[in-house]
Amino acid sequence: MFRTTLTRAALAASLILGAHGAASAQGTLRIGMTASDIPLTTGQTDNGGEGMRFMGYTVYDALINWDLTSADKPSVVIPGLATEWGIAPGDETKTKWLFKIRPGVKFHDGSDFTAESVVWNLDKLMKTDAPQYDQRQSAQGKSRIPAVASYRVVDPMTLEIVTKAPDATLPYQLAWIMMSSPAQWEKLGKSWEAFAKTPSGTGPWKLTAFAPRERAEMAPNKEYWDKTRVPKLDKLVLMPLPEPNARVAALRAGQVDWIEAPAPDAVESLKGAGFQIVTNAYPHNWTWHLSRVEGSPWNDIRVRKAANLAIDREGMKELLSGMMIPAQGWLPPGHQWFGQPTFKVTYDPEAAKKLLAEAGYGPDKPIKTRILISPSGSGQMLPLPMNEFIQQSLAEVGIQVDYEVVEWNQMINIWRAGAKDPSSRGATAINYSYFIQDPFSGFIRQTQCNLSAPSGVNWGYYCDPETDKLFDQVRTTFDPVAQTEILKKVHEKFVNDALFLFVTHDVAPRAMSTKVKGFVQAQNWFQDFGTITMEP
Amino acid sequence: MLLYILKRILYVAPVALGVSVVCFMLVHLAPGDPLTAIMPVDATAEQQAEMRVIYGFDRPLPVQFGLWFGKVVTGDLGKSIATGRPVLDEVARAVKNSLILACAATLIGFALGSFFGFVAGYFRNSPLDRLASAISVLGVSVPHYWLGMVMVIIFSAQLNWLPPTGAGPGGSADWRPDLEHLRYIILPAITMSVIPMGIIARTVRALVADILGQEFVQALRAKGLGEWGVFKHVVTNAAPTALAVMGLQLGYLLGGSILIETVFAWPGAGFLLNAAIFQRDLPLLQGTILVLAMFFVSLNLIVDVAQTALDPRIQRA
Repeated sequence: MFRTTLTRAALAASLILGAHGAASAQGTLRIGMTASDIPLTTGQTDNGGEGMRFMGYTVYDALINWDLTSADKPSVVIPGLATEWGIAPGDETKTKWLFKIRPGVKFHDGSDFTAESVVWNLDKLMKTDAPQYDQRQSAQGKSRIPAVASYRVVDPMTLEIVTKAPDATLPYQLAWIMMSSPAQWEKLGKSWEAFAKTPSGTGPWKLTAFAPRERAEMAPNKEYWDKTRVPKLDKLVLMPLPEPNARVAALRAGQVDWIEAPAPDAVESLKGAGFQIVTNAYPHNWTWHLSRVEGSPWNDIRVRKAANLAIDREGMKELLSGMMIPAQGWLPPGHQWFGQPTFKVTYDPEAAKKLLAEAGYGPDKPIKTRILISPSGSGQMLPLPMNEFIQQSLAEVGIQVDYEVVEWNQMINIWRAGAKDPSSRGATAINYSYFIQDPFSGFIRQTQCNLSAPSGVNWGYYCDPETDKLFDQVRTTFDPVAQTEILKKVHEKFVNDALFLFVTHDVAPRAMSTKVKGFVQAQNWFQDFGTITMEP
Repeated sequence: MLLYILKRILYVAPVALGVSVVCFMLVHLAPGDPLTAIMPVDATAEQQAEMRVIYGFDRPLPVQFGLWFGKVVTGDLGKSIATGRPVLDEVARAVKNSLILACAATLIGFALGSFFGFVAGYFRNSPLDRLASAISVLGVSVPHYWLGMVMVIIFSAQLNWLPPTGAGPGGSADWRPDLEHLRYIILPAITMSVIPMGIIARTVRALVADILGQEFVQALRAKGLGEWGVFKHVVTNAAPTALAVMGLQLGYLLGGSILIETVFAWPGAGFLLNAAIFQRDLPLLQGTILVLAMFFVSLNLIVDVAQTALDPRIQRA
């Protein structure tokens, strides 16, 4: 009797423990995201860049997409659902754009994609009295296209968009706008709630199953219009795992094949255990946004340059297990808009001390100032140890920094409110990481004169007519090559005037099993999962 | 008795109202804008104002409370800001998962705690007692999130025996009583069981030591009753107190599991609270706290009524 019970117990235990072996299936890639939920599935996603990466550019397309094919150079925008675009011939105001719609594109439900579909999708974000207006998608999408004044169908394959003023950054703005299927929405009783469960876009992946907070499953869209991007995998599974240790544990145990953003201190042990760590430069920086309001020490260019020369960025790189690219400016080194700034952002404490002495500061008269930082937050890397490192570096040259630590969501509100707002508590800088993928979010929104609070997020109230003039040129130069030349000048000005404390660029680390093959990590916030295969 | 129960239920009403006010105010006192999580970071002031009107955050707090409470009494906890889904559905599923985990942890804790408690109580001041006592002290003192991580490193990462996260295969957020799902509950349940195990072991040890020193035990032995028979008497006398302590532990486990559920990504109320806090999802946060608080209030009511039923002297007091 006792032996039988023991045998049964042993059998049950072996079944429980042994069932693990059947977990992985060939051709299925399981990704552990940092989001705490599946991003909004209706088209315009939430959860920031990660939402667009996993639910935006997978299930949907924009009129203009990002070229995600190369790991060696920063991405550029390329034709998506529009094959070509430009200012309408003969338009003197330079505000009327025409877009040629890609022929033969079908939504996952089989309906045709036309210029009518684009208007319908813009209405879902902009027109509050439209039946398809969706508050949730509008909250995510409307502010992405500030230039758009109006739009209309010219013919089924031609779309017209009119901007409020000449604005050559419109293509970058439109790259954020995902196209959902009007036919599917109609079919599902005009309900976005129903649409969320069975969405339909034109993208390379079809959402096949979806359980909130649990998982989303996608299958390849074999009829995808860009045959080079038809996914090779059988299935893509997304799982929300917001806790970094839980993500690492899930990868180590074989529950997922790929995790986003492993904690830097877990990287070495993951490498040791045989996992791949994939990194690349991408348009994201980690800076101190300096206040330029009256009384700020950063109004003196010598102080700004001194601070930039005081940071031992290589030392910080060691602190982060190599998971950063030392900043040489606002953009990562090698970026197409980097230009040739004359001020070299290096580590030179002696030069820093000299500059501070010229500005009237020294060991007997150090600069004393207060900076706002957060303990964590999206894209903030490891803010506490990194800022402690900076505090020490700056103290060595004569800049004494006191930190005020505020919770991340509160920090976002302070950032929106601007340096003059009482919520900034007289701080002279705010530690903030920036998405710098397009000219507007990369340069203009932080530094244009008229974008201070409440009109925008020029937190520091920097205002320079010369910079604004360059921004005007960016907006009115419609030739991409000529526009790049102006953007280089903008960046040169950013660096030469040391407008920010340039510290690091994040490297978007991902850890994955050695079974994952063929992934090309583009220098972009978004990625193409179509090239990936899974080794058995 | 019936009158007492009715009176006791009536007492719950002001407590529930107080709990509701506290739940509502607590989350509003926290810094930051509740709509931050769903607005693009560079949303203009105009867009922010528009959103506040849509979600009703532009109204005075008492009005917001009135509207919220009016819905709550009809069972409508509102919709999550982050996901747009009904809060009640989200909370119900999470509480179910937490209850399952708490029950599993309670069972393991009760079994191990009783075992160690009896061993320590029977063999007082022996090496066995010291070992059992050390284990129970360790159970109460060890940081549980740390223990969870150690368990994951050993049993998931190194030995690859058990999954470290989720409630089922493929990130399933619903636990089911089958063999495959059983694998997912083992690590969090064992980690969580160390607190009740320690407390029960200490309680049982003290009870057993006390009972063994009482005269009726000597009398039983003097009458010639075997040790097995004496043991049964000890168990019978220790059980009510041990069960009462265990019942309280179940309540604590349900509400206090936020760290363990986060470490193991167990989709329970603690995990949901964590997500709601990070997303500053006010309706979800308020709903989860309210449901958990009401669970405690109900548990207290049940315990009071049950105790009165067993011992009418409590009612008179």
